[in-house]
Amino acid sequence: MITYEPVIGLEIHVQLATRTKMFCGCALTFGEPPNTRTCPVCLGLPGTLPVTNAEAVHYGLMMGLALGCEIAPRSIFHRKNYFYPDQAKNYQISQYDIPLCTGGRLGEVRLHRIHLEEDAAKLVHVGESGRIHGSSASIVDYNRGGTPLCEIVTEPDVHSAEQAREWLSLLRVTLRQLGVSDVNMEEGSLRCDANVSVRPVGTRELGTKTELKNMNSFRYLERGVDAEIARQVALLEAGEAVTQETLHFDPASGRLSTLRSKEEAHDYRYFPEPDLVAIAPTEAMLERARAALPELPADRAARYASDWALAPADARLLAHEPRWGDYFEAVAAAAEGGDGQPVANWVTELRTRLGAEADPAASPVAPVALAQLVGLVDGGAVNAGGARRVLDMLVVEGGDPAALLEREGLGAMDAGDELGAVVAAAIAANAGAAEKVRAGNAKAMGPIVGFVMRETRGRADGGEVGRLVREQLGV
Amino acid sequence: MNEALTLTAVQAAARIRAGALDPAELWEGYRARAAADELNAYTWVAPAGEPPDADRAAPLAGIPLAVKDLFCTEGVPSQAGSRILEDYRPPYTATAVERLRHAGAPLLGKTNQDEFAMGSSTENSAFGPTLNPWDRGRVPGGSSGGSAAAVAAGSAPWAIGTDTGGSIRQPAALCGIVGLKPTYGAVSRYGMIAFASSLDQAGPFTRDVRDAALLLGAMAGKDPCDSTSVGLPEPVRLPERTDLQGVRIGVPDELSGEGIEPGVLAAFEATLDIARRLGAAVERCRLPHAPHALSAYYLIAPAECSSNLARYDGVRYGARAADGVHDLLSMYTETREQHFGAEVKRRIMLGTYALSSGYYDAYYGRAQQVRTMILRDFAAAFADFDFIATPASPNVAFELGSKLDDPLAMYLNDFCAVPMSLAGIPALSLPNGLSDGLPTGFQLAGPALSENALLEAAHALEQAIGFDAAPWRRAA
Repeated sequence: MITYEPVIGLEIHVQLATRTKMFCGCALTFGEPPNTRTCPVCLGLPGTLPVTNAEAVHYGLMMGLALGCEIAPRSIFHRKNYFYPDQAKNYQISQYDIPLCTGGRLGEVRLHRIHLEEDAAKLVHVGESGRIHGSSASIVDYNRGGTPLCEIVTEPDVHSAEQAREWLSLLRVTLRQLGVSDVNMEEGSLRCDANVSVRPVGTRELGTKTELKNMNSFRYLERGVDAEIARQVALLEAGEAVTQETLHFDPASGRLSTLRSKEEAHDYRYFPEPDLVAIAPTEAMLERARAALPELPADRAARYASDWALAPADARLLAHEPRWGDYFEAVAAAAEGGDGQPVANWVTELRTRLGAEADPAASPVAPVALAQLVGLVDGGAVNAGGARRVLDMLVVEGGDPAALLEREGLGAMDAGDELGAVVAAAIAANAGAAEKVRAGNAKAMGPIVGFVMRETRGRADGGEVGRLVREQLGV
Repeated sequence: MNEALTLTAVQAAARIRAGALDPAELWEGYRARAAADELNAYTWVAPAGEPPDADRAAPLAGIPLAVKDLFCTEGVPSQAGSRILEDYRPPYTATAVERLRHAGAPLLGKTNQDEFAMGSSTENSAFGPTLNPWDRGRVPGGSSGGSAAAVAAGSAPWAIGTDTGGSIRQPAALCGIVGLKPTYGAVSRYGMIAFASSLDQAGPFTRDVRDAALLLGAMAGKDPCDSTSVGLPEPVRLPERTDLQGVRIGVPDELSGEGIEPGVLAAFEATLDIARRLGAAVERCRLPHAPHALSAYYLIAPAECSSNLARYDGVRYGARAADGVHDLLSMYTETREQHFGAEVKRRIMLGTYALSSGYYDAYYGRAQQVRTMILRDFAAAFADFDFIATPASPNVAFELGSKLDDPLAMYLNDFCAVPMSLAGIPALSLPNGLSDGLPTGFQLAGPALSENALLEAAHALEQAIGFDAAPWRRAA
């Protein structure tokens, strides 16, 4: 039985959050009435000419620099010719053989290229289906037409649907951190197509690929790619060939349907756009883009791993949510040179309580208070359970954790006679369990420890209780 | 006869500024002539009534202007000679026209042209051919034939047109007036209904060289709406020069012998003699790739036009087919089939083919390489010469209908003009005497952005040639 390895490349379109459109002065649209954000240029009226949006180029350079791409000294636009009413000119101005950026990498995935282009207008098909087939008419809203788009193409470095989803998530937080896009999949400012092929594990040659379109959520991306991998593997196992085609993923049915085959592929008759001059980034433009770069999530995660020795999952979580990362750093700084991992654990505890979308800096839990709580746990003044209860109170009322500990009597019990006596009582009350522990079954200790914790209202240290139980039972 | 209408624009402007001429009188005189035009030079003439407000102090002093149909003029039909844009009224005005209006030249009328500037006779207009004022049985040249005929006939004091591969210089030659194609980028293309974007350039049609300088100076300039525009490095001066001492003129073998009508060649040689008398050093030179210019041009221009004209699809503006439409594709095909003329369709098909996958390198790519070679030819020639001289057109005005069935014969009209278009350099056509009673044109071309020097040299030649046969001098 042959095992197959998926080989996946992603093509991502990102709407840039510039003030104006790619080639004219119209403001970008945010749900305005149809055809109110238009001008002679983006309507493609006779005689009009495009002029490249300098801010879009700036954003493109920021992305290129942030992702380690090579910036072309002189990139040019091409015309992609096709007749369809979503392009007012019946061609799209895009980049072709000399894109703004080539190469680069994000995480474990290499980038092939990044280029700039203009978005298409929105077609609304009148009729029940909402699709072009069977509609009585189609109406065009040119508001979106000409919105700056950035296309990011990866190398085929992705090998599972889950990895595709995770990498796209990393890309999204990275672009959000750069501030170049709203990166909202549901609203269409982030769109992802996937080129999928499979090959027998251990072979190098790429299989025939298909292109999946319309996966407009992270969940759909994962489901669509999984479905396509399964379809291709099933074909190959049945001795059939995969045919090169473009597929449409229907999230409702989970099914893939053919949009067009290779034979139906368009001849776009690309040629250099004669209405535009080349983009030749000057040193000043590059310097401005460099100066605008914030720390990126991947770099931040690496820093958390190296400087604070955080576990990879925690480093990633905090780095991908900059507000929580900032909060973590504030707590860690207040914790005065303590270990980073416990701080990360308690920040994560807080995140569970407040919700990932909350801004911890605006919560009643001051970083210095959380740092103190971590210190109290670390010093043994309170056990984990007690500290969680203190955190619950901090979330509601804020204040000083040591004072709350005192007020609520949640301080840890010393490992003295008092705890020893409670343990002895617990053993007496759970003779059956004690017998099993004596017989070598350590797991049977549960009811005894539970008794102690109830008696001490959780103040006892679990580890200490276990030690005392074993001591008193002589095991 | 209104004596004011025999003045050049420079002369009229001087009188207006001195208070000796009322711009309203000039307007009324030209408007009446344009309205009574029998040459089909106009597709629209400003309505009678109150003359436009004229600022006597403005550089162009209220002198009315005829404008080729393909320039967008707000609220005024801008049809590019095409049925597909019949009665299309744009919501904005082209930068060049706006600059001229701002400088004091009100819009007198829109002039007839070959459809989308594709043609050399103005017979490809959807609105009928324009007639040559020298002989109404002949064409005025094209594609800017309406502008050339209007200025030659005296129904407009001056006009603007566009030149993609000779569309200013060839009709200027065939009508016996001055026509200037500036350096590519000197004048904004914003608002010019595009034919071939990398070649299209607006320029003046005038009665003499000084008028061309005045009009060019007002229309040139870098435009934020056209990123390929560069403007001119210095203001355009009214030329004064009357000699050519120290001027070196190269005459390329490839463009001044074979294929040129004997009468045209004789007139050209006579002007070269005048240049020598004025002190110029006139020598033969080579532009080795110039004979391939026409072939390269007829790949590049159609390729660009096939894309530029894709927007005429019946969706948003212009004509939409009523018959035979049952879906999106048939709306496209029927609209374009029914409303584009034969020459436009021919070039769209040529260009579509040239850009097709598998053919691009052999056709469009190769043509661009030829274009580069031609650019180098000119650079080499301008190392030895200040200007290049050729006949502006290989022939005089031909009879209406005589070349309609032979596109290649029609294309050869631009044999001498196309190399300069591909090189993007300025070139001017100057009335050059008659051949069999019809005007011939002398083309003078200079390096990019050399307009001032070019106009000075042309002025010296013009004064010495003393051409005074043009119809506008005798117009009633």
